[in-house]
Amino acid sequence: MGDAVFRVLMMLVALLMVGIVVAMVMALAADSMLSIRQFGFGFLTSQRWDPIKGEFGALPFVYGTVASSLIALLISVPFSLGIAIFLVEQAPSYIARPVGFLVELLAAIPSVVYGLWGIFVLAPVLRNYVEPALATSFGWLPFFRGSITGIGLLTGGIILAIMVTPIISAVVRDVLAAVPGSQREAALALGATKWEMIRVVLVNGAPGIAGAVILGLGRALGETMAVTMVIGNRPQISPSLFEPSYTIASAIANEFTEATGDLYLSALVELGLILFLVTFIVNGIARLLVWNVTRRTGGVGRAA
Amino acid sequence: MMAGYVNADRTRRASSALMTTLTGLCTLLAVGALLVILFYIAWQGIGSLNFRFLVDSPRPVGEGGGIGNAIVGSLVLLLISSAFGLPLGICVGVYLSEIGRGRLGGAVRFIVDTLTGIPSIVTGVFVYAILVLPMKHFSAFAGGVALALIMIPIVARTTEEMLKLVPHSLREGALALGAPQWRVILGVVVPAAAPGIATGAMLAIARVSGETAPLLFTAFGSRFFPTSLNEPIASLTVQIYNYAISPYDEWHAQAWAATLVLMTLVLGINIIVRFLTRKKF
Repeated sequence: MGDAVFRVLMMLVALLMVGIVVAMVMALAADSMLSIRQFGFGFLTSQRWDPIKGEFGALPFVYGTVASSLIALLISVPFSLGIAIFLVEQAPSYIARPVGFLVELLAAIPSVVYGLWGIFVLAPVLRNYVEPALATSFGWLPFFRGSITGIGLLTGGIILAIMVTPIISAVVRDVLAAVPGSQREAALALGATKWEMIRVVLVNGAPGIAGAVILGLGRALGETMAVTMVIGNRPQISPSLFEPSYTIASAIANEFTEATGDLYLSALVELGLILFLVTFIVNGIARLLVWNVTRRTGGVGRAA
Repeated sequence: MMAGYVNADRTRRASSALMTTLTGLCTLLAVGALLVILFYIAWQGIGSLNFRFLVDSPRPVGEGGGIGNAIVGSLVLLLISSAFGLPLGICVGVYLSEIGRGRLGGAVRFIVDTLTGIPSIVTGVFVYAILVLPMKHFSAFAGGVALALIMIPIVARTTEEMLKLVPHSLREGALALGAPQWRVILGVVVPAAAPGIATGAMLAIARVSGETAPLLFTAFGSRFFPTSLNEPIASLTVQIYNYAISPYDEWHAQAWAATLVLMTLVLGINIIVRFLTRKKF
C-alpha cells in the first residue's frame, strides 16, 4: 500500500516535468498567436522590425543568432578538442584533475560577468588591436570591412566561444574516456605515433564529439546576457563581422519590458517560442548522439 | 611498441609532437583566460568595495550608494527558488534512479536533459506569461519560480547520479529485512547518498545565483530593500547589468565591485563542492 502511494507520488512529480515542457509550449504559443495570425511565415523571412509602424520580421535576429553561434563554434571547437585530448590522452592525472577543474570553472562564471568583462576589456582590445589588424590583412573579404567599434558580431562570437568551450570540452572528455583502451593499444601496437593513436580515438568517438558540438551550439543559440552586452543590438543583416547585430535572445531581453502594445509583445513571445523549439530540437539531437556513444561503450565496460 | 616508434619516420614523429604540443597550448590558453578574467575582476572590484557599499541601497550618481538591497534580494530569490526547486528536483531524481526504469523513465530523463538546455531567457518569458501577466505586476515570487524551473533539472540529474552510486547490496539488504520499497528508498538509499545530493543542490544554487536573463521581467529589479514577496525585488545580477550598460564611470566601478561579491559566492560554492567531492572524481 505504502509502496503504491510512494510510486504514484514520485511518478506525478516526474510527470510534472513533462507537464512543464507542455505548458511552456502552450503558454508561448498562446501568447504569440496574435503575431502568428498577423504575419504567418512571413515573420521568419521579413527583415523589417519596426515597433512604431507595427511591423515585425525576425530575419535579422535569426541571422544574428546563427552567425554569432557559428563564429563561436568555429573558434571554440578546435580549442575544446585540444583541451579534451590533452586532459584525457596526454596529461597525467595529477595535472588533468586540477586543470580540468579550472576549465570547468569557466562554465561557472555567470553570463552577466562575461558581458561586463566583454564591454570593458574584450571590446577595447578588439577595437584597438585585433579588428584593425584583421581589416588591414583581410580587408578584401566582405567579413572584415566597415567601421571598427569593438562592439558587434565578432565580439559577441568571441565571448560565446569562451563560454561554450568548457561545455564542449567537458562532453568530449566524457566521450573520449568512453572509447575502449583496447583501441589505443591496438593503434600503438601497429606502430602508430601518439597523434595517430589519438586520431583513431577521435574517429571512434566521432558521433559523441558531434553531439558535444551540437550541445555547444544549443547553448550558444540561447545565451543572452553576455551577447546582449557586446553585440550592439541593431537589427540588421550585414556580412561584416565588425557591424552591430542582434540575436533572438537579446531582442527579448532588451525589448520585453519596453514593449508597448499587444502585437509588439506577441512578436517578442513568438521569438521566444522559436528559440524554445530550436534549442529543444538541437539539444535533443545532441543528447541522442552523446548517449549512444557513452552508453554503447559503457555497456561493454560493465560486461552487461 | 618500441619497434613502431623506431621505424616511424621523421614527419610522422614531428607532426605527432606538434599536435600534442598544440593541445597543451589550447588548455593553457583556456586556463589563462580564466585567470585573466578572475584577476581583472578582483583588481577592478576591490577598489569600490567597503562596508558601506555592502549595506547601503543604491543612490543617484555622485552620491555613492551600495548593493545591500541587491544582496538581500538575491538571497530572498535563492530561498524561494530552493524551497520549490530542491524538493521537486530531488523527487524527480529519486524517480529516475529508483522507480522509472521503463519507457516512461527514459522519456522523463530525456525531457529533464533537454530542459537543462532551454535558454533561461525563455524560462523568463514563460514565467512572465503564467505569473506576471495574470498578477499584472513583477514580483519576487515570479523571479523565484523562474529560478526554481532552472534548478529542478540540474538537481534531478545530480540526485539520480548520486543515487546510482549507492551499492545495490544496501537496497537488497534492507528489502530482505522486510522493509517496503518506499522505506528502503527514504530510509536507506537517500540518506546514503545525502552528501552527494547536497553538493548537487549547492551547485544548482551556484548556477542560479548567476542568472540574470530570467529575472529581467519576473523579479525586474528595485532600488529599495524588499518588503514583500509580492513586489519587484533587486538582485545582484540585474544590478550588475543595469550598472554595466549605464554611461556613468561611478556605476561601472560599482558593477565591478558587485561582480566581485557575486563571484566570491559562485566560485566559493564551486570550490567548496570540489573540495568535498575530491575523492569521488
